[in-house]
Amino acid sequence: MSNAAVAVRGVGKRFGETEALTDVSFEARHGELFGLVGPDGAGKTTLFRVLTTFLLPDAGSATVLGLDVVRDLWAIRARVGYMPGRFSLYGDLTVAENLSFFASVFGTTIEEGYDLIAPIYRQIESFSGRRADALSGGMKQKLALSCALVHRPDILFLDEPTTGVDAVSRSEFWDQLHTLRESGLTIVVSTPYMDEAMRCDRVALMQGGRILEIDPPGEIGSRYPLPLVAVTGADRYRLLLSLRKAPHAHAVYPFGSELHYTDNRAGLDPGEVASELRDYARGQGFGDVEITAIAAGIEDSFMELMPAPVQRAS
Amino acid sequence: MTAALRAFMIKELRHILRDRQTLTILLLMPLVQVVLFGFALRSDVRDVRLVVVDSSPDYATYALRARFAAASRFRVVAVEPSMRAVEPLFRQGKADVAIAFEPDFAARLQSYGPARVLLAVDASDPNTATTMQAYARAVITAYEAELAAQRGQPLRIAPETRMRFNPTLESVNLFVPGLIALVLTLVSALMTAISLSREKERGTLEILLVSPLRPWQIIVGKVLPYLGLAFANVLTALLAAWLIFSVPFRGSLSLLLAESLLYSMVSLALGVLVASLTTSQRLAMLVALLVTMLPSALLSGMIFPLASMPAFLQWVSNIVPARWYLIIARGIMLKGVGLEYLWKETLVLGAMTLVLMTAAVRSFKPRVA
Repeated sequence: MSNAAVAVRGVGKRFGETEALTDVSFEARHGELFGLVGPDGAGKTTLFRVLTTFLLPDAGSATVLGLDVVRDLWAIRARVGYMPGRFSLYGDLTVAENLSFFASVFGTTIEEGYDLIAPIYRQIESFSGRRADALSGGMKQKLALSCALVHRPDILFLDEPTTGVDAVSRSEFWDQLHTLRESGLTIVVSTPYMDEAMRCDRVALMQGGRILEIDPPGEIGSRYPLPLVAVTGADRYRLLLSLRKAPHAHAVYPFGSELHYTDNRAGLDPGEVASELRDYARGQGFGDVEITAIAAGIEDSFMELMPAPVQRAS
Repeated sequence: MTAALRAFMIKELRHILRDRQTLTILLLMPLVQVVLFGFALRSDVRDVRLVVVDSSPDYATYALRARFAAASRFRVVAVEPSMRAVEPLFRQGKADVAIAFEPDFAARLQSYGPARVLLAVDASDPNTATTMQAYARAVITAYEAELAAQRGQPLRIAPETRMRFNPTLESVNLFVPGLIALVLTLVSALMTAISLSREKERGTLEILLVSPLRPWQIIVGKVLPYLGLAFANVLTALLAAWLIFSVPFRGSLSLLLAESLLYSMVSLALGVLVASLTTSQRLAMLVALLVTMLPSALLSGMIFPLASMPAFLQWVSNIVPARWYLIIARGIMLKGVGLEYLWKETLVLGAMTLVLMTAAVRSFKPRVA
């Protein structure tokens, strides 16, 4: 028995021909804010459904709070707070009615859970008589979080909680998650956004149903498989197009004022790549380029996960 | 856990009460249907427009014409010397029935031979045609009896009817039980299917499923408020039938209500099954209409008599719950019989409830494989 809040070992799940999860393993510690980061279709939602006992895994095993997701489903269900990806509240019920319904489902009342949800719920309490349908995206999200929290769960699963929410509300939402984590709550959250991944304690990068890497967000780049250099120069757009046609170019993306160039020859010294690329750029008429070898950051890893954009310049 | 169930039912009740338009329709439906169906499918006719064809008027034809003129249901609109004039009147919709006396009607009557009359009936509406024909024959028979009593000897009038076909005689009395079945099906099966699949579509069902609520609690919480609505509908339909059409109610009201509850349960279970087997609200609605409403209306014996159906459809009608409910409701309302005659049908409905409810709960898995 593991003392991790979530322990996943070799979980696999397929839907017909599609392998939604393949040999997924990770642990989230008690009190940790753990992020699952990856593009749409990476398997994040399927993983959440396995962890919340909604889906049976085909292979492997998983425990939540030390309880087996297959065997102990009813014990897990009473102690988990879950916010699915879509806005899953009753639009024709008021804010207060939604909250009190979900409290009753878990055998509790708003009053009993009030101090936990107060920092979030207070912001929408003045609308408690309003139908949930009539709330803004940010307010709906606060209500959904309140509903997931009102029974004082020991662990919180949030599946892309900020999708479709404005930037200010997103940032506020993450402030609230941090407040909740301070109180000792374990939170597992998925997100397609990089800035949100940076605010997790640790993140697991997911793609195509697999976990590629698990690290604190600041260290995520350390296992970047290919040599990477930063390029600056005038006429950035033309430079970008030109570099993408370089003989060994794997990917070129703009990052702030720089361009990040990834070479497709693994194991090659980045210094060598830099000098080679400098010659290439000069040959293409970019005399003033500055090229330095750099270590990959989470953003580079993240871009690597994204489906390759069509970049055929005719 | 009972608190959770209560909360669920309150939530469900709110869904129902909030949606004012749907609620209004549901509450008024039995009334509107009883009135519409009642008037539209009435086969008793009040104002029969009669054409008399009398080529050789004599005392006997006058006497019979006077009988018709005196009958409250008949109104003589024309007297013609020959049948030729009748056809245009029928076509223009100005007459319903024509009665033609054979020449020398009185003489034939005197000589104790059968005196023949021809009854031509506009049979474009077969239901009313049958009724009108029956009325006309009643008048003739009464006159025949009167004559026979005067003379002390039987005098025969032989009416001959000309009509395209001859369906069974239906009336509003037979119809009201069928209507109740239809309304119950609609509210129970269709509305539960829609409401449950809405939760599925909106994603709220996923939260409910991974909550500590057990599947049976979700189903019971979903179904009970609709049972209340169904109850209200039965009462409305009965009241409307009684007030507007004076449909008799001969049996026990509480027995009918109990049987209606049983029938609602069958329909509710069907609704839950449909919702758990379909993927969207729209699909759930269509499937519910197809598997509950249509058979209830067409294969229950409500509109078309089962006896006149092909053997295959008669066999299929056995699995239509409305068929059994209809026998029960007609038995209670029109014949005034009790459980001692209806226990078999009640058992069938009970078995259907059991099977379908079990299937519904089982189809409603607490998790997905």
